[in-house]
Amino acid sequence: MADNTIDQTLDTSGLLCPMPIVKTAKMIKGMEVGKILEMISTDAGSMPDMKAWANQTKHELLEAEDEGGKFRFVIKKTH
Amino acid sequence: MPKLAMIATKGTLDWAYPPFILATAAAAMGWDVGIFFTFYGLPLLKKDLKLPVTPVGNPAMPMKMPFGPEGFQNITWPIPNAITSNIPGFESFAGSMMKKGFKNKGVASVEELRDMAVEMDVKLIACQMTLDVFGIKNKELIEETEFAGAAAYLEFAVDSDVNLFI
Repeated sequence: MADNTIDQTLDTSGLLCPMPIVKTAKMIKGMEVGKILEMISTDAGSMPDMKAWANQTKHELLEAEDEGGKFRFVIKKTH
Repeated sequence: MPKLAMIATKGTLDWAYPPFILATAAAAMGWDVGIFFTFYGLPLLKKDLKLPVTPVGNPAMPMKMPFGPEGFQNITWPIPNAITSNIPGFESFAGSMMKKGFKNKGVASVEELRDMAVEMDVKLIACQMTLDVFGIKNKELIEETEFAGAAAYLEFAVDSDVNLFI
């Protein structure tokens, strides 16, 4: 599963909507194309929100896991 | 890229959130975003944000305490209108309780969301007509504010994908 090499990690634990996606967007902006970001969130809304964010921005959501109250996303910057 | 146009017409602490949350979320998705602030939405652009909130006339507003044990925090206090509307200082109390409650839960403050919106190039447009009517000086508003009227908003909104009146 985890054959994606993580280049950077962003922990948004404790933050609620819209901060997880806002911080993700900001972080991705500063990364190079092809790099991989791991984002951790405790916001129960972050699963549908991150899927929507990836759909809209066309960055690739490689992994989206619910680890019981804690969510982990792996995103590849595609452009 | 998709475009979001909003009209913000309410300046209380609770109603300050929807336009800024949606604006920052949309900007985070790469959307082009503009908010037109008019009437009671104008105070949201003031340099010095002092946003009130009132339970008066808003029976859906839960009166909860943002401190103490969890059981205590979960109590919705049945505070009668006679108290919420007649006790001096109750509104600022309700406002500071709501701010504290938001902060405790990890919600960004309105100031933080607005700063974020500015940083993400959200267009903030103040209605010049209402400013004049209410006697608010342009310089009381944050520097990033643009000043315009109805036609300018409509031109921005005409090709938007999502258009909201808040």
